[in-house]
Amino acid sequence: MTTTTVARTETSWETVIGLEVHTQLRTASKMFCRCPADYAAAAPNTYVCPLCLGMPGTLPVINRTAVEWTIRTALALNMRIPELSKFDRKNYPYPDLMKGYQISQYDMPLSEGGWMDVEIDDLGRQRIGITRVHLEEDTARLLHRENEAGERFSLVDVNRSGVPLMEIVSEPDMRSPQQARQYLVQLRQILRYLGVSTADMEKGSFRCDANISLRRPGDEALGAKVEIKNMNSFRSVQRALEFEQLRQAAALEAGETIAQETRGWDEEAQVTVSQRSKEAAHDYRYFPEPDLPPLQTAAETVEAIRAALPELPAARRARFEADYGLQPFEAGLLTEEPAPAAWFERAVASLGDDVPAGLPRGIATWFVGELTRLMHDAKPPDTLETIVVQPAQLAGLVQLIDAGTISNTQAKDVFAEMYASGEDAEAVVERLGVSQISGEDALAPIIRQVLEEHAQAAEDYRGGKAEALKFLVGQTMRLSRGQANPAQASELLRAALDDTAE
Amino acid sequence: MSDSQASAAETFSADQVRHLATLSRVGMTPQEVEGFRAELASILSHIQALAAVDTEGVPPTANGADLLNVQAEDDARPSLPVEAVLANAPQREADYFRVQAVLDSS
Ligand SMILES: [Zn+2]
Repeated sequence: MTTTTVARTETSWETVIGLEVHTQLRTASKMFCRCPADYAAAAPNTYVCPLCLGMPGTLPVINRTAVEWTIRTALALNMRIPELSKFDRKNYPYPDLMKGYQISQYDMPLSEGGWMDVEIDDLGRQRIGITRVHLEEDTARLLHRENEAGERFSLVDVNRSGVPLMEIVSEPDMRSPQQARQYLVQLRQILRYLGVSTADMEKGSFRCDANISLRRPGDEALGAKVEIKNMNSFRSVQRALEFEQLRQAAALEAGETIAQETRGWDEEAQVTVSQRSKEAAHDYRYFPEPDLPPLQTAAETVEAIRAALPELPAARRARFEADYGLQPFEAGLLTEEPAPAAWFERAVASLGDDVPAGLPRGIATWFVGELTRLMHDAKPPDTLETIVVQPAQLAGLVQLIDAGTISNTQAKDVFAEMYASGEDAEAVVERLGVSQISGEDALAPIIRQVLEEHAQAAEDYRGGKAEALKFLVGQTMRLSRGQANPAQASELLRAALDDTAE
Repeated sequence: MSDSQASAAETFSADQVRHLATLSRVGMTPQEVEGFRAELASILSHIQALAAVDTEGVPPTANGADLLNVQAEDDARPSLPVEAVLANAPQREADYFRVQAVLDSS
């Protein structure tokens, strides 16, 4: 029995993945000049100065905030911050570089040697090493065009050139495309918690290149690695890696060797395509940037930045589970971004100091359920910034449910009204006249009336026809205009019927 | 030509010149390659004079000026008018620089 299993294991391959992420910092000004950095809505070539154009005689000056935010990110990723750091010129001629070089960091980056724990439900927690987080400048944007004469050319918009760009390089520690995707999801989450980047892959403020190779399980040496570019979403990163995994495995099984190359992801065809590069090996001729003095980061500065770090997603998730009794999926949904987590906590805080157990969980349930649904169904979809209903109002609704004043079903209608008008739960309950009739005293006369009016059904139930009870509950609900608590009505009816049976 | 210049020229090969020309996107005739071989070798041997300085006990630096942490606050200021930005554009299309088609290999 074990023979076939072993044979299959021996022919299988281990996937090795490393990711390189470039993410724009959302500073007010660019990395080395004070042109505005928020170019998304700007007309072409309007956020450009002589330095952006690489004019002779200009001098770059380092953006203090960009350095601080890079260190902040590095600390959140458990990196070491060396005391000394410097910038270097990376030389390559391309029309997206006005100077003919990019200012980057080569051998003395702002940070080195960190890690992030990547968590996947069924695979558990894996620690992924992070080689370095450094700072560089973004390049100009190229638009590729073809005119009616079939002439091809490119247009250059320099607005993006010089926007602070953080490069985050992982170790080749990932073992599956799914894990690579989760790494990106968590990294983006951290960047958004830190408030340093919009980290939006579709809008280009968060970009990812992937390195992937296969090897025999147990092998130390890495196989020939292929670099994949052109992936515009987390999903396409996973798809591209899955495709490449299969392609390389098939080639290796067929006895072929994998060419060390760069391949582009073709979203339409869902395949990777070899990008034949004219320059076989890159030769960037890095050298120290003579126009920028080195950076020295004092240990006290590092500690001050560390002390000011916000609570990070993993810690917040764990706290939500422990303190509020949330299920992992609820805590996960609420902490995906900083805004929902803050909204939820404002709702909980509005309940005061002595929060009855179960209420926070109730608020979470309503948040990930009804509130999320209503926001999603609105046209255009609402966000937490656009909705009128306030955190304390949702908390108020959950309190009414908890006190038995209204049923869950009634609460849905009440909440829909609150969502539309911004009224308090109590006000809506009063206005609509909904409230759950519970408690024996309130229900007893109604039960009595139902049994009188439907003596036949009562007789049927006593005769052993169980479904007659359902009919009687329905009549109780009707008579109470939907305000009775169905479970309680059923219980009281049964008690009344059993009493009279004896 | 001094001895040191001659030896530097020997270590500066025609292939290295051609490689640099390729990286710089400069076309070169074989005669030019030979010419640059000699010229670059002469420049290198000039710089080689630095090797004579005794740097024993001097920590390495990448910075000529004795400066550290020259930084600016993150305050955005207005940029140039777009006409000024494009004033030196060899080719222009609407408010863009127009360049030869680049194959997307970045
Ligand atoms: Zn500028």
